[in-house]
Order: sequence, then C-alpha cells, then structure tokens
Amino acid sequence: MEITGFGGLLTAVVFLPLAGAIIIALFVRGDRNVRVFAGALTLAELALSIIVFVQFDTGTPGYQLVDKFEDWIPVDTFPVQYFLAVDGLSAPMVLLTGLLGMVSVFASWNVRDRVREYFVWLLILQTAVMGVFTALDFFMFFLFWELELVPMFFLISIWGSGRKEYSAMKFLIFTILGGAFMLVGILALFFSTDTFDMTAMPAAIQTAGLVMPVGLIFALFFLAFAIKLPIWPLHTWLPDAHTDAPTAVSVMLAGVLLKMGGYGMIRISAGMFPEVISDVAWLIVTAGVINVLYGALVTLRQTDLKRLIAFSSVSHMGFVLIGVSSVVGVGGVVSPVGLTGASLQMFTHGTITGLLFLLVGYMYEKAHTRYIADLGGLATRMPILASALVIAGLASLGLPGTSGFVSEITVFLGTFEVWSWPTALAAFGIVLTAGYILWLLQRTLFGPQKERFADIGDATFLEAVPIAALVIAVLAVGIYPAFISDVFTAGVEPITQSIQQIARAGP
Amino acid sequence: MIEESAVWLILFLPLASFAVIALVIRPFLNRYAIAAGYLTIAAVGGSLMLSIWALGSVEGRGEGTELLWVHDWMQIGAFDFNIGIMLDPLTAIMLVVATAVSLMVQIYSTGYMKGDPGYARYYAYMSLFTASMIGLVLASNIVQLFVFWELVGLCSFLLIGFWYHKPAAAAAAKKAFIVTRVGDFGFLLAIMYIFFNRDSFGGLNPLEITDIHSAATLGLLGGSVATWIALGIFAGAMGKSAQFPLHTWLPDAMEGPTPVSALIHAATMVAAGVFLVARFFPVFEASSTAMNTVAIVGGFTALFAASMGLVMNDIKRVLAYSTISQLGFMMLALGVGAYGPGIFHLFTHAFFKALLFMGSGSVNHATGTFDMRYMGGLRKAMPWTYATFLIGSLSLAGLFPLAGFWSKDEVLADAWRHGELVGQVVFWLALAAVFMTSFYIFRAFFMTFEGEFRGGADADPDTEPHGEGVHLEESPPEMVWPLGVLAVGAVLAGFAVNPTTDLGIVPIHWFTEFLGAHAEDFNIVLAAASSLVAAAGIGLAYLMYMSKRVSAEALSLSLGPVHRILSRKYYMDEAYELYGVERGIYGGLARGLDWVDRAVVDRFVTTVGWFAVNIGGALRQAQTGQLQAYGVVISVGIMAILGLYLFFL
Repeated sequence: MEITGFGGLLTAVVFLPLAGAIIIALFVRGDRNVRVFAGALTLAELALSIIVFVQFDTGTPGYQLVDKFEDWIPVDTFPVQYFLAVDGLSAPMVLLTGLLGMVSVFASWNVRDRVREYFVWLLILQTAVMGVFTALDFFMFFLFWELELVPMFFLISIWGSGRKEYSAMKFLIFTILGGAFMLVGILALFFSTDTFDMTAMPAAIQTAGLVMPVGLIFALFFLAFAIKLPIWPLHTWLPDAHTDAPTAVSVMLAGVLLKMGGYGMIRISAGMFPEVISDVAWLIVTAGVINVLYGALVTLRQTDLKRLIAFSSVSHMGFVLIGVSSVVGVGGVVSPVGLTGASLQMFTHGTITGLLFLLVGYMYEKAHTRYIADLGGLATRMPILASALVIAGLASLGLPGTSGFVSEITVFLGTFEVWSWPTALAAFGIVLTAGYILWLLQRTLFGPQKERFADIGDATFLEAVPIAALVIAVLAVGIYPAFISDVFTAGVEPITQSIQQIARAGP
Repeated sequence: MIEESAVWLILFLPLASFAVIALVIRPFLNRYAIAAGYLTIAAVGGSLMLSIWALGSVEGRGEGTELLWVHDWMQIGAFDFNIGIMLDPLTAIMLVVATAVSLMVQIYSTGYMKGDPGYARYYAYMSLFTASMIGLVLASNIVQLFVFWELVGLCSFLLIGFWYHKPAAAAAAKKAFIVTRVGDFGFLLAIMYIFFNRDSFGGLNPLEITDIHSAATLGLLGGSVATWIALGIFAGAMGKSAQFPLHTWLPDAMEGPTPVSALIHAATMVAAGVFLVARFFPVFEASSTAMNTVAIVGGFTALFAASMGLVMNDIKRVLAYSTISQLGFMMLALGVGAYGPGIFHLFTHAFFKALLFMGSGSVNHATGTFDMRYMGGLRKAMPWTYATFLIGSLSLAGLFPLAGFWSKDEVLADAWRHGELVGQVVFWLALAAVFMTSFYIFRAFFMTFEGEFRGGADADPDTEPHGEGVHLEESPPEMVWPLGVLAVGAVLAGFAVNPTTDLGIVPIHWFTEFLGAHAEDFNIVLAAASSLVAAAGIGLAYLMYMSKRVSAEALSLSLGPVHRILSRKYYMDEAYELYGVERGIYGGLARGLDWVDRAVVDRFVTTVGWFAVNIGGALRQAQTGQLQAYGVVISVGIMAILGLYLFFL
C-alpha cells in the first residue's frame, strides 16, 4: 500500500515553533514582546495539534494526514524521504506535545535572564519533539531525535540551578550514547533493506537478508529507548537533569521527552521486531517491575521536591514497560489492552507529571525552597496551588476519576494474563505511591502555617492558565477515557495483529 | 416504576451540589458559604425522595431480577468497560440508608460547623462523599464500582483531614487512605483475576456484576477461582470496613469533624465494605473457604475491637471501636451465610451509630472535649442529648424492643444454626462481644451523663475546644432534631421492617425476604440468653461507673498488664508504624535502595565517565598536530588495507 499526499498540516505543526524561534531570534526585541509572541505562537501550535487530533479518524486504518516528498534528498543510493504522518499511536502524542509546549512557555513567564535566547531554544525543542512523533522516515526520525539534545543542553546548563553543568553534561552523554547506538541500528537496517521508510520497514525486515543478527539490531535500538525512558539502571541522568533544569524544561522533559523512549519501543521495537520482542518480553517485564518498585521506594527517601517527582517518574515509566511486555501474548493471542495501556500511561504521565513539575516550580519561586522539611502549612496561603497539587498527586497515585487510574488499570488488565505474578507485584506500587504522594502533601501543604510563609502568595492568573489546562486534561481523560483510548487502540492494533500472525506462523 | 433518569438523578443531585459549591460558591461567593449547607441539604433530600421511590419500585416488582441499565463507556480489545445502574433490593436499601443518614448529618452540620472558616469546603466534600457512596451502590460494573469505591476513600481522606492545619488530622487522613489502599490492592488483584479468567465466563462480560453473579451461580467459576476472587474482594472490604488486621485507621479517623465520623461510621465508608461482600455474595457462596474466612475474621474482629472499646477514655474512640466490632458482626453474619441478617444489622446500626456519634458531637459542643474523664453530669444540662444517647446505647447493647435487638438476634440465631464448627466458634465470639458492647457503651454513658461535671475543656489539657468552649446547655435545634429523628429509627427500625409476626402493613420477615434471603424463626431462648448477657454488661458498668460499688481504678490496677495492652491497642500501631513502615520500609528497604542508587548505580556511571575522560586524554597524546606524522600513519594504514586486499582476494 503506497502512502502519498501532502496535506501540509503536520508540516505546519512540526515547523511552526521553529519558524517562531527564527522570527524571535531575528526580529522580536524586548523581553515582554518575546514572551507574548512565544505565548501566542504556542497557543496557535496547541490549536493545530488539537486539529490534528480531531482530524484523525479512528475508523480509517493506517497513517493519516500524510506529508510526503519521495525524493527529498535526490540521490539514488540514498533514498531519504520527507515523510510526516500520524497514526493512532502518534496523534495523541502530538496533542500532548502541543499542550505541554504551551504550558512550558507560560511556565517560563518569570524567566528574567537572556529571555530571547531562552525562548528560541524552548521553541526549537518543541519542533524536535513534534518531529520525533510524526517522522516516518528513519533519517528524519534520527535528525529530530538528535536535534532535541541541543536545546536541552543549553536550557539546563544556562538557565538551570544547582549543579546545572554537571547535570546537562550527564544528560547529553547518556542520550548521545543511546543515539549513537540507534544510528548504527538505522544504518544496519538501511544497508539490509535499502530504505529509510519506517512504514515499509516491518515487511522489509521480514524478507530482507540482514547485515547483522536481528537481535543485535533490536538491542541497538532498544538501548537508545531504554536510556530515554529510562530503564533501571540507566536512569541516573534523570533525577539530576530534572532537579537542576528550569521548571519549564522539567515539564517538557518529564512530559514528552521520556515518552520518546516509550514511543520508540512501541513503534520500532515492537512494531518492527515482533519475534525479538516476544523473546525478550520477560526481560522487559522484569525491568518494569524493578522500575516501579525500586523507583517508588527510592522516591520515598527524597527530600527535594523536584527530585522526588523525578524518581516517581522512574516508577511510573515502569508501567509503560509492563504494558509493552504484554505483546508476547498468551496462547498465540495478543491482546491490544496492554499496549494501549502503555500508550495511555505515557499520555497520562505526561499531563500529570507535567502538572506536578509546574506546581512545584511555582511553589519554589514563591517559597524559595524545594527542601520538603522547610515547607509545610502552605494550603492556607495558596489554595489554588494546593488544590491543584492535591489533584495532581491523587492522579499520580492512580485515583479513579483521574487519568492515572485509566492507564494503570489498563496496563494491569492487559498484562496480568500474560505475566500474572510480575503484574501483581508491580500493582503493589499503588500502595507505595499512595505513601509517598500523601506524605508529600502532608509535609508541604498541611500542618500549621509557618512563620516564614506568612506573606506567601497564591498563583497569579497567568500562572493559573497552564495549571487549569493540565487539570482539565487530567480530569477529562479520567472521566471519559474513550476519546483518547480509542485512538491509541487504533494505533496499536496493527502491531498486536502482526505479532499475533508471526506467533501463529512461527515454529 | 422508576425511570432510569430518575435513578441517575439520585447520584447527580449531590454531585451537582458538589460542583456548584466547589466551582462557584467556594471560589467566588465564599461570603455566602451558608448557602452551601442549604444546597447540600436540598440535594441530599432530593436523593432521599428518589431513593424511596426506587425502593418502592423494586419492591413493587416482587421476586426476580434487578433493574439494569448499561451503557458503553470504553472498550479496548476484550476490556469492555460499561457503566450503568444495577438496582436490586440490596441497592435500594443501601440508597435509602445512605441518603437518609446523610441528610440527618447535613442538617446537624449546619449547627455543628457554624462559623467554621471552611464551611463551604466542608459541604463540598460532604456532597461528594454522599455522591460517591450512591455511585458505589448503584454501580453495575465491577470497575465502575471500584471507581466510586476509591472516591469514597478519597472523600474520607479529605474529611478526616478537614482541619488540615492540625498535624494529627493530616496524619490520620493519610493513614486512613494508605491502610485502606492495602485492602484495595487486593480488590484490584481480584478484578485482574476475574478478567484473567474471562474465558470461563462463557460469553458473559466478566466485569458486569450481574454476569459475575450468573457465572458464580452456574458454577462456571471453578473452586479455586471463586476462592481467589472472593478473598481479593474481601481484602478490599477488610480495608474499608476496618476489619482486623486493617482496622487501625478507623480510631484515628476521629480527627475529622464529628458529623463526618457519623457519616463514615454509619452509612458510607465502612458500610461500603459490608456492601461489597454482599454485592458479590454469590461468588463467596461458591467457596466455603472464602465464607469461613469472612466469618472468622468478622467474629474475631467483633470481639477484638470490643475489647479495646472497654478501656478508651475518648468517647469517640469508644464509638469507633464499637463500629469496628459491629462491622465484625455484619461480616460474621455474611460469613455464616446469613445474608439478610447481615444487611439488616447494617440497616439498624446505621441509625443508632449515627445517633451516638452525633450525640457525642453534641456533648462536645457543650464541653469542648471528647475525653469522658472531664465530662459527667450532663443529664440535666442536655436532656435531649441525654435521652437520645440513652436510646442509642440501649439499641447498640441490643435490648428488647429496640432496633439493635432484632438484628443482633438474627445474626446470633443464624450463627447458632450454621451447623459447622465455624458457626459455633463465631457464635461464642459474638456472644462475648455482646457482653463487652453493653459494658463499654454504658460505661461511656454513665461517665458522660451521670455523676458530677468534671470541668470539660477547661480541665482537659489536651483538647483544642471546638466552637465556644465550655457552656453547659443543650445544643441548638438543628442539632437536636436530627438526633430525635434518628432515635425514632433506633427504636423502630428493627421490629417495623422485619417483624417476627405479621404486622399487616409489613409482612413477617419483610426485610430479609425482600433481600431474597432466608430468615430464621425467632428463637426465644437465644434472645433471652443474649439479652441476659447484655444486661449483665450494663449491670457491671452500673456497678463500676454509676454506683461505684466496684472500683474501676482498683480493677484496672489488678489487671495491670491486660489493661495496658488494651489501652495501647495491642501495640498494633507501633507494630505497623514504627516497625513496619518507619524501620522496615522507610528506614530499611527504601534507605538501602536509596544508598544503592547513589553509591552503586550512579557511582558506576560516573566511574565509566571518568575512564572515558582519561582514555580520551591518553589518546589525545597521539593528536600531535604534525601533518607529517598523520601522513605517515595514513600511508601505513592504506598499505595495510591494500596488502590485506591483495592477499585475500
């Protein structure tokens, strides 16, 4: 089936932030103007990503909203295409990126240092992430994947706090290492199949003679995703980067950048290497259980608000792994429930943890400390921030009525039939999560009001806008999940079906 | 016959009240917070009317199936999650109990919470709490039920921690949520296990409650499958209904406002656990292991909790242990197969326990303390509170002809006739609990209302007086009226709904037969025996705390170690919090892993980085910048490659 066409919508979604960055760099002067321009631009970008999500039709199989030039680089032996499209897996991720892109710009309103440069990097970051989620040519995919590093490095090392250079460098080295392995994997696939087309790749891998053992190629990709997600023990860059990054960058990092790892696992590791992923599913579920429980236990010990939320991300990304591990199926039947759950978990964690980092960032700006022992009794003085933090915390611990519950129960139901004991073990994470979240709320918001916070203020209107947007996203998915779960299911079903066919045809 | 939309309205009225208060009144019209109370009362009152209509409709249908309305909500592969309404006799009764008690509590709260700065927030939570409980009993799908189940837990968290500036309240709220969540973990596993076994449902939707019932009664669930599902569900019920060993949160939950305790203890949170077991009763019946577990846990809890109630000095703690004990009664009833009596006891208990809690709140309103050592002599100052509290106490103790007598008698009769060892064991446990119950409640009664007044909040060093401090007078009418209404229920609810002889308008054993359960005939010997036991407990309390013929101090001294173990709650709080959580998880496991994360995992990474940097440094020596040197190396390389090429090809 040939996919062609050029609608232009996705091109606009991907490159609008970049265009905005160029305009800011060249023409916009004055910090206030820069902020307003960037804010307006990301609102437009959010509108475009909503249009993408709404336009996506779950009834039509395959890729939609295609933007494709076949001969982008017109060299016969090097058939790189310009190829953007979305399916059910990527359409919600585009929406998520649009939403958090808007949030991150509004969260940066109080940045006072080198403002123009800051917003330029922030917008470039958004283009890179949008590109990763929509590119369907491996060459482009890799370009966007690596492009994301540049703004991240500068954003953390210039506008961060604490050991910012160390953390930025650590993040860079880890991710570059993963990217380097992935590049080898991409080249190996290209030399085997003569194409960079990701939509043609699953079939091509099955028929072509591979220049490397298929397991090795799988491992090269998987390592990149494992660092990004991250999987224990490759996670140590994450708490450092999160803690030292500015608020908006933490929001983007936790909200969408980690999801590139999960997205890659589903789109590439599961979608292109069905046999291999079935063979190593036991390893993935083991890693998932370790992530969930180890992450939750280490979270309990954290004394810095941002570090605490960062470690909770390690724990929650474990649920993505557990969902992915369900692809091995049981008795030759592969159910889409687990993969849908994994994708849902990426989306919901993006909104929930984005919200958590946003709120913690605001509280840090007002209280001038992130050290939990110094906080306490804030609820009286900041009812808006406190209410939102309670909602975000409850969503994080998977309370029904919030999005966190929907994704967790879907992961559990989808994976329990394949990996009963590991899933049951991981489900105990809900108790540990309740422990650290409620303890966090108790120590920061509740208790008697402290003298030093007697004059502390609540969120301003401008700060309340991104908070409200994310709270609505958290509750909407929690109350009526079908509008997003249907899309994800449409996206992962082709993958589970192809795995199932291979499992049936196999020995 | 009731319409579907009317049933949904039972849920949506309080939910709308919550939304209006939370989104409009609290943020923008907080000056008019008083409106929040009236709005909640109106909403819950409307729900009560509709619930009575629903009860009438179900009754009118006579024998047979439930009313069922189901809608698609979310579908992912085989995970077909519908939401809907399942209206059967059990649901209808629970609806009436929940809304009726809630209505009384809301009216009472307008007096009790008057002037509290969080007035609007209080009613927002109360509306949501009522709505969640209604949603829980209406649910037609186990996942839907779980959703509201957790929301009930959330609301109790919010309300127990309502005065969040008090550290004890914040800690108690957290404890309630986490301890019940341990039980919810079991419930969640049960849901997973049901879904796992969906193939054995033969085409039925494994998440629909009616389909689970059918599968259990048709024997589609093999022995161990039913056992595991039932035990998982029971774990959830143990958390919410505070059954041993997950009971420790309930006494601490006293930190919330007293009307909240009344609601939690009578009609919402803790009743949810008993309801859950009743809701999945066919699954339990399919497994004798599960049934026996329920019976033993319930029977043990009945006695265990009552024993701690004997020595508490805080009136609300006495009532809290009483609730745990009475919930044990309900559980043991269900465990011996007495479905009707178990729910019957839940029904009567709702009236007298809400009454007792609100009575203790009324006492607190006047004295400013909950510690009975600083009360006494309130009979004259608070005649209405006194009279209604006495009715509640007699009903709890189970004396003829009050409500508690009839339901407790049915539970005991069914345990007695169960026929197996389990029935015998729990019967004697229950009978011992009956003695303790009547003793502790009349100990509380005498200490509170008789003798001389001992100073109230002024004498109590530990209290933070609520409201105006010590002023010995009857509470305002909006607090006394609900007490009166509940007192009527505590008198009549037993015989009137489930008479032992045909009353004409109410047929014999109407309540239990309406639930579709078998009712034992009234057993005069058992009734007399249990009444004697209860009377003995009251007598002992009279001797010790009223006439003082027996010295309580001397007795507690001579029973020193026992008294200490009881008043320290069998050291279970220490076991859980100090050894389990603080030293075990936080100080042990988590601390160890945190160390591993920093000292091993991260150190390994930085070490690798160090090597990379230093190897880089070594290699840099080769980068001399001399073109001649580079040229030499390149030439050698090219020659080597050419040589290899020539040799091997």
